[in-house]
Amino acid sequence: MTETQSPVQRPLSPHLQIYRLTLSMVMSGVHRITGLALCAGMVMLTWWLLAAAAGQNAYGTFEGFASSWIGRLILFGFSWALLHHLIGGLRYLVWDLGYGLEPAEREWLVRANIIGSIAAVILLWLILVMFGLR
Amino acid sequence: MSMRTPLGRVRGLGSAKSGTEAFWLQRMTAIASIPLTLAGLVLVISLTGRSYPAVRQILGSPLIAVLMMLFVIANAMHMKIGVQVVIEDYVYDKNKKLTLVMLNNFFAWAVGLACIFAILKISFGV
Repeated sequence: MTETQSPVQRPLSPHLQIYRLTLSMVMSGVHRITGLALCAGMVMLTWWLLAAAAGQNAYGTFEGFASSWIGRLILFGFSWALLHHLIGGLRYLVWDLGYGLEPAEREWLVRANIIGSIAAVILLWLILVMFGLR
Repeated sequence: MSMRTPLGRVRGLGSAKSGTEAFWLQRMTAIASIPLTLAGLVLVISLTGRSYPAVRQILGSPLIAVLMMLFVIANAMHMKIGVQVVIEDYVYDKNKKLTLVMLNNFFAWAVGLACIFAILKISFGV
């Protein structure tokens, strides 16, 4: 039996670089990058819980790191990545259900994602400061 | 060129019935993570500025401990599937891909188990 040869030359879909770069494409990448960054966030969460379980000294070491400027910067980054990935996830769930896929709606959703995550992370840290973050 | 029929070629390669398992599990863990993450943020806010014994007491209370464990389980699963998709998309070399997928599994299990052990240890006060 021979492999059947297609009688007509069917069009092939163009590769990614043919398309004009849109915000929703960039945001697809950002969703993956924030997801990967959150793996490191999980390590930090594990450290926090293990330190709390281990005792006062271990917890003090964690607190020392978390309250240093580099620790704060990392935690701020993680909290933004978490909120961005969370809101981005809601966007994908909306798309999975088949809504919001028209060009204007897509753009509106990705913009809401960016603005929402930045607003949410600022709000979160303002609340943390209000609750006595030193 | 193959003498085999199309049916013969796909036989033994497994059923197509479980093909959407990871896809479905990723959505399920994502939805579970929404309320759990919001609860986690409220917890972090309420723990701000508290002393070590107070933090331990709050983390060890049954409701908080159960919610934390659910958060860890949902996110460890979500993380494992998500990272595996990224590996499968960008790593073409078969051996590298297998190694990374395996390490990713080890990572998710180690992180998940360590978190759960810590929460249980705090809760049981040992």
